Amino acid sequence: MPCQSKNDIPKTVKVLDIKSENPFVKTFTLDISVGAQPGQFVMIWIPRLNEKPFSVAFDDGNELKIAIAAVGEFSNAMHDLKVGDKVGVRGPYGKPFEYEDSEHLAVIGGGYGAAPLYFLAHEAVERGCKVEFVVGARNKENLLFLNRAGMLADTNVHVATDDGSEGHKGYNVPLLEKLMDEGLKVDRMLTVGPEMMMIAVSDLALKHDLPCQVSVERYMKCGFGVCGQCVVDESGMPTCLKGPVMDHKLAREQVEFGKYHRDRVGRKQEW
Amino acid sequence: MDLSIVYANVHFPNPIVLASGILGVTGNSLKNVIENGAGGVTTKSIWLEEHLGHPNPTMMGNEHFFVNAVGLPDAGIEKAKDEIGTYMNWYNSQDKKAPLIASIVAGKISDFAEIAEKIAELKPHAIEVNISCPNVEDELGKPFACDRDQAAEVTKIVKKRTNGEYPIVVKLSPNVNNLTEIAKAVEAAGADGITAFNTFGPGMVIDIETAQPVLANKVGGVSGPGLKPLVVKGIFDLYEAVKIPIIGTGSVLTGRDAIELMMAGATLVGVGTAVYYRGNDVFGKIAQEMEEWCDENDVKDMSEIVGRSHRV
Repeated sequence: MPCQSKNDIPKTVKVLDIKSENPFVKTFTLDISVGAQPGQFVMIWIPRLNEKPFSVAFDDGNELKIAIAAVGEFSNAMHDLKVGDKVGVRGPYGKPFEYEDSEHLAVIGGGYGAAPLYFLAHEAVERGCKVEFVVGARNKENLLFLNRAGMLADTNVHVATDDGSEGHKGYNVPLLEKLMDEGLKVDRMLTVGPEMMMIAVSDLALKHDLPCQVSVERYMKCGFGVCGQCVVDESGMPTCLKGPVMDHKLAREQVEFGKYHRDRVGRKQEW
Repeated sequence: MDLSIVYANVHFPNPIVLASGILGVTGNSLKNVIENGAGGVTTKSIWLEEHLGHPNPTMMGNEHFFVNAVGLPDAGIEKAKDEIGTYMNWYNSQDKKAPLIASIVAGKISDFAEIAEKIAELKPHAIEVNISCPNVEDELGKPFACDRDQAAEVTKIVKKRTNGEYPIVVKLSPNVNNLTEIAKAVEAAGADGITAFNTFGPGMVIDIETAQPVLANKVGGVSGPGLKPLVVKGIFDLYEAVKIPIIGTGSVLTGRDAIELMMAGATLVGVGTAVYYRGNDVFGKIAQEMEEWCDENDVKDMSEIVGRSHRV
């Protein structure tokens, strides 16, 4: 039958722990596992307020972690939550990152893109991969999960900040490019962050003829391909189902990638 | 076999049309639905001006039911020009001529007149008049589709302001106790067709851990497979009551479901919630299943099965 065992109604669970990662980001540990893989997202519901998509920062089979930057009404309300409060969770949704066991991966995160990439690096190392963890942020205060990534086995952390307050001064992709020019060889590139940064990663992958996946985030309401809010031009495909993680070549076939996205009423907004 | 069928003088390559409100935000999304096998598409309902809709959660479901209160978000007629233009350019560039039905909505009867006039400038193949959304009652009051005279008045003004040049399809609410009277009234007012139905209820889902209604709008229209007997009965009654053709919408997941609605009296079959149950390519799956059934049952022309249950 087409409709066996489906459930996309939020399940309400307790907040078990809240940890400040930097002045802007808190990680929330929730009393649920949704069996998420790195790159997938969940919908988080605060009763009487709203429900928003967040990439999964960790899912160990018992607990779910979500890293949230306080940038708007909903995320500020999340930051006001206390341990023991309840939120609704549904998911996971979307496609995860894909790679082979024992590969040498470059995972590249810009800004808060580092949140799912730590989860990815952690899983990849368990699968025998070697990881170049390349993160960039405006400044030292905006960096995320750096210490935790540094503690992973078989992982080299490379940091770039716009102002040079930590690591290399400048953008993270030129930093990776320099390392590769100097002889660093990887099998695959996986990236989350601003679209212009992901395009730079994609260019680098094309230059070195490497497989590459990017994460295309659009305004998502349902998460399961029905509402049509997260479709991209010109394919018209919903990114909640065909993404957010997709091959960089597929992303670049979308004329809007790196140029515009749509708001809650479907109007085009330039990045 | 050839699944094509004519509805209100418009030729559809197959009877499966995308229902309004699903996957209809952009012209390219509508194109994608045709590429996934639909015979036509209905846009999301278009307002004169921007309309925000409700916050999330706006839709949810499980194997038994689906509820939504998206609240008709739309950027207004100016954006609709771009999106419908995108679809029409594509329509003209390829061979599968799958028509576009433009859905319009308004809170006042005078606004229906204006949006109808503006949408006609975009030359859609048909216009669906959404007077039955159950999710905007807080804002607009009881839907026009729940009142015979108001339903007729909207129909008449839309027909007039589009100069009778476009098929006008009125989308009815199932949540009334005088369905056939309302259908007859819109027929008499000049409707060229009806869509039966918008979603049921509205209904409510409560999270028992917090005792809170889950939809941000608290209530929302109910759809999904369990409603099929209600949809079939409603279409059956309408087919006896009016002569104008029916787009049967609601509960359809499979080709057999679609054929059942057609036998009750539907000429076209609207598909929306089935995307949740069977994925983006559900339109083609349903059409394929219909074709197989028709081949096995010696159906030569889809029009043979429209209303068949009334002739046995």
